[in-house]
Amino acid sequence: MAALLSGIVFFNLSLFALGGEMKNADSTKPNRIEIKDFAFNPQTLTVKSGEKVTWINRDEEPHTIVSVEKQFKKSTALDTDQEFTITVGAPGTYSYFCSVHPKMTGTIVVEK
Amino acid sequence: MSDYISHDHEHDGIDRRGFLHCMAWAGTGLLWTISGGVLASRTLAQIAKAGEPLPATDLSFLQISDSHIGFSKEANKDVTATFKIALDRINAMPTPPSFLIHTGDISQLSKPEEFDTFDEVLKSCRTKDVFYVPGEHDVLNDGGKLYRERYLKSVEGKGSGWYSFNKNGVHFIALVNVLDLQAGGLGQLGDEQLEWLEADVKDLGSSTPIVVFAHIPLWAVYPQWGWGTSDSERALGYLKRFGSVTVLNGHIHQVLQKVEGNVTFHTAMSTAFPQPAPGTAPSPGPMKVPAEKLRSMLGLTNVQYLQGKSSLAVVDSNLS
Repeated sequence: MAALLSGIVFFNLSLFALGGEMKNADSTKPNRIEIKDFAFNPQTLTVKSGEKVTWINRDEEPHTIVSVEKQFKKSTALDTDQEFTITVGAPGTYSYFCSVHPKMTGTIVVEK
Repeated sequence: MSDYISHDHEHDGIDRRGFLHCMAWAGTGLLWTISGGVLASRTLAQIAKAGEPLPATDLSFLQISDSHIGFSKEANKDVTATFKIALDRINAMPTPPSFLIHTGDISQLSKPEEFDTFDEVLKSCRTKDVFYVPGEHDVLNDGGKLYRERYLKSVEGKGSGWYSFNKNGVHFIALVNVLDLQAGGLGQLGDEQLEWLEADVKDLGSSTPIVVFAHIPLWAVYPQWGWGTSDSERALGYLKRFGSVTVLNGHIHQVLQKVEGNVTFHTAMSTAFPQPAPGTAPSPGPMKVPAEKLRSMLGLTNVQYLQGKSSLAVVDSNLS
């Protein structure tokens, strides 16, 4: 019985671990947009509604994240290695740009 | 490198190679002199080295730009020190300039303490009159409110801070092209400022020399990097009838120039760090050079032009 129980526990744990791993896999590669060489990478990111999106600035130049249609709050200027995170809302296409270097544009596609 | 122009696509006497060739790294500031409506510029280093008084002129003023106080990365870990050197050079001039213009990016991140440092260091400058236009680094988070309070108070800037003034018969126009920028676009003046500009110059005689200054170049230096102003053509349209128009910009941390008809465009060097020549790097970010090379880039750019000439005479040499 004890062996069976532990087997069940083990089984459950392994399921949990599997689930946890998948989550970890997601959070090591979360919805992350790197700013490098005056560009958003990836330039288009597809996420699910309610998820978080984080930008990180890898340039030595400050950048901002500003929604073209004001769909989310704008960031303050991000210095090197600073991050900015939003939680995306309703499904749709969110265009954004850097208000300091407006040539820099990007898109977040939010799915259900 | 040959000076021979091999590709003159725009029929302006400048091909890409020549364009890059006439670019010069230089570090500290340019002295502009106006005599009979003709502007000429010489670098401070050259003036200090020569130790000679300026030629007799009606007016001389000095352009400094892109101090980026607060920047402390590899490209220049002590931008305050190089800014001080620039001021030392000004103070060493045998004939001090009448005033300075600062063409933006005083600060790196629009922080009050960065502006404080700039102001404190500037106190050592013998020339006290300074006219400012903001760079995008000066207006990062508050739409330029703090910058305006600190640097545009005495000039009673209109709209987002533009203004004009007269000195010795020359009409100076200070424009703001770093605010309310649109996604995918370049620097921008906007309708309100353009309407103001049209009215501002309406009653001036065509022989009035015009000097326009703004942070981002008012000509398409390299739009791929955002080095241009989307509605500058309209602004220049209002200035077409004038016999002498000089446009002074910063932003790109290198000397570039172009002449179109009666209009001379010139960008100034930074006192902080160089940026790459157009298209020569993955991005226009600060250019890292060895420390000893940075100083050699604080070089000499002697620029002169004569009214009626179609191109600028540029002589580049470094300090090493």
